[in-house]
Amino acid sequence: MYDVVVIGAGAVGCCVARELSQYQLHIGVLEKEEDVCSGTSKANSGIVHAGFDAKPGSKKALLNVLGNQRMAELAQELDFSFRQNGSLVLCFQEEEIPKLEALLENGRQNGVSGLQILSGGEVRQMEPNLSPHVAAALYAPTGGIVCPFELTIAMAENACVNGVEFRFHTQVQAVEKQEKGFLLHTNQGDFAARLVINAAGLFSDTLHNMVSKRKRTIIPRKGEYCLMDKQAGGFVDKTIFQLPTQWGKGVLITPTVHGNLLIGPTALDILDPEDTATTAQGLAEVVEKAKRSAEGIPLRQVITSFAGLRAHEEDGDFVIGEAEDVPGFYDLLGIESPGLTSAPAIGELVAQWVAETLRPARNSHFVGTREKIRRVREAYPETVNQWIAENPAYGKMVCRCCQVTEGEIVDAIRRPLGARSMDGIKRRTRAGMGQCQAGFCTPKALELLARELGADPREITKAGEGSRILEQEGCP
Amino acid sequence: MKADLVIVGGGPAGLAAAISARDHGVERILLLEREQELGGILNQCIHNGFGLHIFQEELTGPEYAARFVEQLEARNISYELDTTVLEVSPEKEVTAINPVHGLFSIQAGAVILAMGCRERPRGALNIPGYRPAGIYSAGAAQKLVNIHGYLPGKEVVILGSGDIGLIMARRMTLEGAKVKVVAELMPYSGGLKRNLVQCLEDFDIPLKLSHTVVEIHGKQRVTGVTLAQVDENQKPVPGTEEFLSCDTLLLSVGLIPENELSQQCGIQLQPVTQGPVVSQRFETSVEGIFACGNVLHVHDLVDYVTQEAQAAGKYAAHYLQGGRRQGAPIPVLGTGGVRYAVPELVYPKSLDDSILIRFRVGQVYENHGISVYLDDERVLHRKKRVMTPGEMEQVSLDRELLAARPHLQSITVTLEEEKP
Repeated sequence: MYDVVVIGAGAVGCCVARELSQYQLHIGVLEKEEDVCSGTSKANSGIVHAGFDAKPGSKKALLNVLGNQRMAELAQELDFSFRQNGSLVLCFQEEEIPKLEALLENGRQNGVSGLQILSGGEVRQMEPNLSPHVAAALYAPTGGIVCPFELTIAMAENACVNGVEFRFHTQVQAVEKQEKGFLLHTNQGDFAARLVINAAGLFSDTLHNMVSKRKRTIIPRKGEYCLMDKQAGGFVDKTIFQLPTQWGKGVLITPTVHGNLLIGPTALDILDPEDTATTAQGLAEVVEKAKRSAEGIPLRQVITSFAGLRAHEEDGDFVIGEAEDVPGFYDLLGIESPGLTSAPAIGELVAQWVAETLRPARNSHFVGTREKIRRVREAYPETVNQWIAENPAYGKMVCRCCQVTEGEIVDAIRRPLGARSMDGIKRRTRAGMGQCQAGFCTPKALELLARELGADPREITKAGEGSRILEQEGCP
Repeated sequence: MKADLVIVGGGPAGLAAAISARDHGVERILLLEREQELGGILNQCIHNGFGLHIFQEELTGPEYAARFVEQLEARNISYELDTTVLEVSPEKEVTAINPVHGLFSIQAGAVILAMGCRERPRGALNIPGYRPAGIYSAGAAQKLVNIHGYLPGKEVVILGSGDIGLIMARRMTLEGAKVKVVAELMPYSGGLKRNLVQCLEDFDIPLKLSHTVVEIHGKQRVTGVTLAQVDENQKPVPGTEEFLSCDTLLLSVGLIPENELSQQCGIQLQPVTQGPVVSQRFETSVEGIFACGNVLHVHDLVDYVTQEAQAAGKYAAHYLQGGRRQGAPIPVLGTGGVRYAVPELVYPKSLDDSILIRFRVGQVYENHGISVYLDDERVLHRKKRVMTPGEMEQVSLDRELLAARPHLQSITVTLEEEKP
């Protein structure tokens, strides 16, 4: 019997698990995929929003600002990449300046500090590559960028080290309300829990509707992106938005925390919560809209494109709290943008609720810090040489584009909740994320993964079941 | 560590450059190779067809490489394997990493860049669809099959008719896979004629010109692709879509010289080749740093890589012996269908030999001739029945032609139609 079961190991679920691990509780995280960070959390803009967009008083507004304030400290404690690069919301016509002012006022009410309106000239001085048509912009110095993989993985690893049990390939098929708590029926057997936290992202409505009479609907909202090589990363320094529309914050241009350039997303409501396919129209739309902000985007440097789905809830705000007719079942629904920013604050809030309900003792063994995978490309030469002296694998380059060594890949596999697939390695180390998109490092990374897992290379997958890299028969 | 000459890359270019530099008198040479063996991409090119020009023999890739490795060993030229170069400074300090020496720096007198090229990935094409397993660059598939002994899939569609794509069509077929089609965006193949014949025609593998993949199907693993015909602007023609089931998509959609190190070093690159701008001595914009082989421009035959690298080795030796480029350079221009010309610059005061200009054409040309103009004066003309983008062309200019024109402003290579 678990005290708490968290369903879903995305950013939200992992933040919740990590916060809960500060208490003496038996906690389980059930994830249907083969790894953490496999749904919405793996394909988004990676933005730490300042918090001026959301309606004052909304949950989005509150949690966004709290999450933004927590991010720098968390990034240090858990050693993930974060940069407060600031953001700009552009408008292209003088008539639209009042909309920027309204946004600024909105931000003030939400508690966002440092907001100011810049003239077109000031904006171009700050960002020389922006369009000459920019009339003015709202500047938010507290905006930032984060690596969503690193954030989620760091939270998960830290939770795991502090005693949280993660169960992958575990899909909840039914939830049974019992006298004391819940019985969760999954494809891997039944799990009992006193409390359930529904952090199932795009599937959180399905989970909710299994137990509650007040039905909820999550609409998958597809967003397509194009990612450019690191050579293009300096095109802009700040995250560049356009004035928001009813469909969201529009197409942005941003450097990523690893120095790539990202443009996107589109916003298209769809039916299938697993349809992460990019489309010709979508990609064309991204390019066309991004060009409004800056004409000279170095599109020749595009190295990949992808689509992610936001879990949009009809009412437009985060739906978080105990389901009204199901005590002990906590919903975290509709965690779309600014969900990544808010995730740490959501985690703290949920931990508070659980603590009030179960009154657990503090976990005296809790370790609040975690160290990331050693990165040769970022370390001082003396440090690198010390690592190589201890373990020569740190001197063996596997991914030449992103400069990832064998030592780093082995670490990614061996550490808590280590990588089990090629994508798992990629998200933990960045091997395969460069210009050649894993063309060169696939054979070597595959070999290392097989060796470390004691598996036949033919069993190795890209991202879990059904995605094997190699043909099963043939080839002696 | 110290060396007179550091060579970055131990593929065909690096090997030939090292040997040539030694033969021209350079003592302390250090060659750095990132793989566990010398030979570069030749090691996975187990097909034949290498060496016809250099050895008048048909060798396999590993055999061709072995001949140069033997020469390297015979000259006791030092090399480090498993060694990745992280930085080359304009002062010619080379920083590298390997498991034995860790992170280390070498102050070199001269550097030859011979890092080769890499394949364009799927992302560069922005093909819509999911991102399933089963999409490989042709070169990655070649390595899996030829080096590791694993087959990446059984039902294959190949996009791009570059040489590696053509070679892999045959290779996958020989390994028991079914290659359904090779699709090529352009109205002509990007590969050598002999590969079209020996790799596709001999195996009845269809080549669809002016076709591309417009969608990739399958979420976990590729289940098929949609092919469509493209118009003269390479845009898909609606209504021509055709679904082909397959479990593997191989991409052979172009090669890009690998110049991150050059860029970091501040070396000027040429936008068309995406390789460094070099003089007839294969010296880049940074004095004492030379470049040759596919890092300079993508070659069709390894034999030409070898020849170019031999020249680069010779000039690096000359540089180390005090030879410096003199005077102002003259630009070499490619016009009238010539996409680019290498070298881009000629230093007439430093000429010690005839100049070999290598170039590629932008489309298929029939009944055209190659002309060279010194300023407005046509000094050379050679008929060529067919020229294709897949085959590199070359033309040699006598030193005397330039010596006789002290006020020369430009050298132009162009194509001219032959009157029937």
